[in-house]
Amino acid sequence: MTVIRVEDLSKVYDSGFQALKGIDLDIQRGEIFALLGPNGAGKTTLISVICGLVNASGGRVLVDGHDNVSDYREARSRIGLVPQELTGEAFSTVWDTVSFSRGLFGKPASPLHIEKTLRSLSLWEKRRNKLITLSGGMKRRVLIAKALAHEPQILFLDEPTAGVDVELRRDMWDVVRQLRENGVTIILTTHYIEEAEEMADRIGVIRAGELVLVEEKRELMRKLGSKALTLHLSEPLSGIPEALADHNLTIADDGHALVYTYDASRPGESEGDPAAIAELLADLQAAGIHFKDLHTRQSSLEEIFVSLVQENA
Amino acid sequence: MNFRSVKTLYAAEMARSLRTILQSIVSPVISTSLYFVVFGAAIGTRISEVDGVSYGAFIVPGLIMLMLLTQSVSNASFGIFFPRFTGTIYEILSAPVSYFEVVLGYVGAAATKSIVLGLIVLATARLFVPFEIAHPFMMLLFLVLTSLTFSLLGFIIGIWADGFEKLQLVPLLVITPLTFLGGTFYSIDMLPPAWQIVTLANPVVYLVSGFRWSFYGMGDVSIWASLGMIALFLTISLAVVNWIFRSGYGLKP
Repeated sequence: MTVIRVEDLSKVYDSGFQALKGIDLDIQRGEIFALLGPNGAGKTTLISVICGLVNASGGRVLVDGHDNVSDYREARSRIGLVPQELTGEAFSTVWDTVSFSRGLFGKPASPLHIEKTLRSLSLWEKRRNKLITLSGGMKRRVLIAKALAHEPQILFLDEPTAGVDVELRRDMWDVVRQLRENGVTIILTTHYIEEAEEMADRIGVIRAGELVLVEEKRELMRKLGSKALTLHLSEPLSGIPEALADHNLTIADDGHALVYTYDASRPGESEGDPAAIAELLADLQAAGIHFKDLHTRQSSLEEIFVSLVQENA
Repeated sequence: MNFRSVKTLYAAEMARSLRTILQSIVSPVISTSLYFVVFGAAIGTRISEVDGVSYGAFIVPGLIMLMLLTQSVSNASFGIFFPRFTGTIYEILSAPVSYFEVVLGYVGAAATKSIVLGLIVLATARLFVPFEIAHPFMMLLFLVLTSLTFSLLGFIIGIWADGFEKLQLVPLLVITPLTFLGGTFYSIDMLPPAWQIVTLANPVVYLVSGFRWSFYGMGDVSIWASLGMIALFLTISLAVVNWIFRSGYGLKP
């Protein structure tokens, strides 16, 4: 079920820069959607228009069926936003600033909910601390707590783990997964392909203000990912023997390795085609070619992403 | 109307002043009191009465007006400039609140501070100078309308400013000079005839005159001209704030 519908959304800034060019996008309830794209591609502008920080030049956004301009109260009350920049009232305490966010969204005070939120983000011990005394990672958590203070159904995370150490990043991923389990729809932008690969159900790739692709992560990796089986040979080869010409083989490592590449998108080959590989191994045996080691690898989302962005450049 | 949101914004702004109570309350009270001590008690005894009122008492309404104008503008401008400067404005813009509610929260808090300050300074002045208030209701009306109008002006400045320098520009270069030249320390009758006409172009003259009328029943211009001028200011400020929110100027690209 669609929870956010973006229709033909465009944005031209006063400078004349067109940040968004007719974006159409549906976000499904309960999913984790990752928006990938290089710097300046329009990720933050898209989020900002949906959340009401930037006026659209054309098109419209529906949040749970409510237009985010004409029916902004209903639309915005469903959304929590964690901005990219680490902002905050430096001299306010964690507790006060998170409570402020809840009140600002018109929700009655609920110390219980604030406590639950702070505990889930490991901020409870810091509740009386002023923001100025917190580390960058802790401030990021405070921003998440603020966004969750009014119990939103949809959470936007703009580069949530930028500049965050590995351990904290893993913690944050756990928090995001936990939120999804509680039914919150999550839209995150990220530079870290690893993050999208790890977390997302669906992935959108944005480039120069256009959505060049929206796909289920698994489907994307299946369609665009290729697999390679590398065989390290006992004896080097000078060329591919006639008997193996039918297989998609290349010679690598000065003849010390044979690389068998197979397209993961072909039917039956998504997990590797056992029959094809068995055939190859049998033919190798018959040709008297022995190998001492083998390994397979699948192209990562990063490679897919780079190839997509270059393809469209 | 989303009262909880307005209350939250209002309370957060008021809490900010309480955190900085020395700067926001004690300091303007002390600096205004110094005027009473120097001009009222010390020098004032050597100056003859103005329109039948002792000089010390004569300057009280003008000094309160000077403090009201500068404090309203600087409080309200800082109130909205600060979240723009730090980036926390994102939260206000993404919240389900109307423009009117945002203005009510910020300007309401700034105006409240000015009104409280005005009353404190009034009480402090009474310690140094004896005076009576002829029209207390009108005095309060002027106090409230002036605080509100100039807090709106401050809000506009806080949105227009793109740096701390601009934030100080209007209070220092426009408001303070206009107030000093607006009859705070003298009656317009004391000026040469040509300047008496020129000075009528200074809008602050009407505010000081009206406020003084509420104290002593006399002013440089008619009370209706004063009320008309404050109503005009209020209308212009509201129109500009309305335009800011409709266009997104300074807030939403």
